[in-house]
Amino acid sequence: MDLRIDEKQAGERVSPATLVSGGAAPAEDGALYEARKQIYPQSVTGTFRRIKWIILAVTLGIYYLLPFVRWDRGPGAPNQAVLVDLEHNRFYFFFIEIWPQEVYYITGLMILAALGLFLMNALAGRVWCGYLCPQTVWTDLFLAIERLAEGDRRERMRKDAGPWNVQRVAEKIVKHSLWLAIAWWTGGAWVLYFNDAPTLVRQLATFHAPAIAYIWIGILTGTTYILAGFMREQVCLYMCPWPRIQAALTDENALNVTYRYDRGEPRMSVKKAKAARTLGGPAGDCVDCGQCVAVCPTGVDIRGGLNMGCIQCGLCIDACDNVMRKIGRPERLIAYDTDVNIQRRLAGLENVFKPVRVRTVLYTVLIVGIFALMAGKMFTRADASLAVIHDRNPLFVTLSTGEIRNGYTVRFANMAPKSRHFVLKVEGLPGSRFEVIGEDKNTSGREDLDIGPDQTRETRLLVFSGTAKPQGNSTPLRFVVTDETGKTVATAKDFFRAP
Amino acid sequence: MANASDPRVDARTGTPTTGHEWDGIAELNTPLPRWWLWTFYITIVWSIAYWIVYPAWPGIAGWTHGMFGWNSRTAVVQDLQELKTMRAAGEAKLSAAKLEDIEKNPELLSIARAQGAAAFANNCAPCHGAGAQGAVGYPNLNDDEWLWGGKLADIQTTLQHGIRWDADKDTRSGAMPAFGKDGTLKADEIKNVAQYVRSLSGLSNEGGADLAKGKKVFADNCAACHGDDGKGNQELGAPNLTDKIWLYGSTTAAIENRVTVGGGGQMPAWGDRLDPTTIKALTVYVHSLGGGK
Repeated sequence: MDLRIDEKQAGERVSPATLVSGGAAPAEDGALYEARKQIYPQSVTGTFRRIKWIILAVTLGIYYLLPFVRWDRGPGAPNQAVLVDLEHNRFYFFFIEIWPQEVYYITGLMILAALGLFLMNALAGRVWCGYLCPQTVWTDLFLAIERLAEGDRRERMRKDAGPWNVQRVAEKIVKHSLWLAIAWWTGGAWVLYFNDAPTLVRQLATFHAPAIAYIWIGILTGTTYILAGFMREQVCLYMCPWPRIQAALTDENALNVTYRYDRGEPRMSVKKAKAARTLGGPAGDCVDCGQCVAVCPTGVDIRGGLNMGCIQCGLCIDACDNVMRKIGRPERLIAYDTDVNIQRRLAGLENVFKPVRVRTVLYTVLIVGIFALMAGKMFTRADASLAVIHDRNPLFVTLSTGEIRNGYTVRFANMAPKSRHFVLKVEGLPGSRFEVIGEDKNTSGREDLDIGPDQTRETRLLVFSGTAKPQGNSTPLRFVVTDETGKTVATAKDFFRAP
Repeated sequence: MANASDPRVDARTGTPTTGHEWDGIAELNTPLPRWWLWTFYITIVWSIAYWIVYPAWPGIAGWTHGMFGWNSRTAVVQDLQELKTMRAAGEAKLSAAKLEDIEKNPELLSIARAQGAAAFANNCAPCHGAGAQGAVGYPNLNDDEWLWGGKLADIQTTLQHGIRWDADKDTRSGAMPAFGKDGTLKADEIKNVAQYVRSLSGLSNEGGADLAKGKKVFADNCAACHGDDGKGNQELGAPNLTDKIWLYGSTTAAIENRVTVGGGGQMPAWGDRLDPTTIKALTVYVHSLGGGK
């Protein structure tokens, strides 16, 4: 039995088929573009709306306020909890300080984010799109302002269809001013992550901020205003790659916002349904009130089944529940459900939910594993480092005595907030000696260096074979750095090349 | 809804087709959103603006110069000027510092090495190699053997005035005579002296030459420049013949060839091509390669 509704309704709002159904007479080869239909999402109350408000408040609160959180790192270091210090090549996140060569932590975060997205998708569909995506969150906020200024769906539709008047102009001015103010704050908060926030706020207030700050605020003001105010669902439909990827990643056991057509069809009015039920005939719960479509921010009809335009925000669930309560029918005609369950119910079987599947287990194991790896690396992170690069050309030099010499570029990093004394030794070739260019020649087999807090120092180092007779053309060497307490703080491996 | 019986509408999806068909597969016509189409038109307008603002079209006697006369050549000149301004502070420090003090100061050393490496790559690498490793006839600047001296001052003089560079009156001069070519030494004398020279650094006697005779030839003809003990003379650019470094190779053939043909390599005088600070930086760079005295 196929109870799916006809195609006309299935794709009405977003399918390209609207080109024809939308009323514009196609030219011989069709129109060059598909005109966008303005969407007027209606306000709604309910569980999912409440969840969305909370997430909106929390995420935007973090975004706008985080730059002002302070974190003491001692003298000379910035005291902003989260700071991307491009000038000095450092990234600060509370107790974490990342140097450029540790960018793999960022890579790790990206991998975790991707796997997190996959896991969410395998469990409950487009959770990201519906609740967490910045495009969704800011659009939600802009829609709330639109309703505040111009009224709800019907009012806005009526006003937009009607003539211009003073009140309408005033409302539009209020709306766009508020939008621009929020957009400006969005850009303003963004630049605060790259500079000391209180200083920059003072500079911005007195128009003394660097030009780059104004440029970035301008760019983000523009993108926020345009994307959240005007582009809205177009971003999800035409710009974002995730819907396509998501469609390829989902499976039949993933929960999705689903119209339970096994319960809803055939659609009929409340009165007719009551009559049909008394006679024992088929009667669906869907009264075709269109509330699910009216509240949808992307203009989708969820009753058409899974749709690329659906961001699964759950607002249609709230809208439908409100109607079901009024007509005295059970809630969740639209709900987080799976196609498998619809087929099972139609066959008279119990619902099954399988959150534990190969893919969810795999994603969870990977997430936990990568997180543990990163955390382990982070907490055993050295506060000093040593990088050694062997001269590429020439690989070795024969001296007048027949002795062999190798050259290296050595870079020490003192990642601690205090000045330190390092001692370098080179191991692996007994009988050899080494020199650092610019330092006094010594025969003690060690080199002493003082390096300031949070600084690096690069030197050129020469290893002489001395009395050693290197076997073969490559002998492994170990460069060892100890601090004033004699503890080894960094090592590096390289080779001594010989003819 | 499009009429499903219309041949220009795909029956399955209800989407109009472009009418193009290959082997029964029709192409669906799914138009772009309007804003995207406009974005496309704007890029066309943008490209026309580009022709007007920037140099674009070639002509018979020139090209269109654009509104602001921008071109990549003047941009490079401007960039170089900016680079010079940026480097001015370091350059001034380097210029004021005494040659001997630069290597002791980590900051000056890093400036000198950076500038020296760049100047070396541009001017010296074609002969001496990218890593200053040299080649046959072109000295390796990494090792500790110096024809004309390896102290900072010696290296600076060599850079400034060149070697056998007659255009510079202060150039280093002194050349190996062509003993064989001009008939000073006969073939067997050359053979004997070549093997004697090899023996100075412990190399084997090839071809059964008479080393005693070779020693005599050396004392009469070579010792004036290379010294009685063969350790060379940096005043004359005469190499030390007792060590392991051979500019032209240590084979019998290579040594006999040197004795027969003589002469020596040339190096340009850089004093009139590079400014004094660059020469200073190059001096420190070459010295700090590891062989500097």
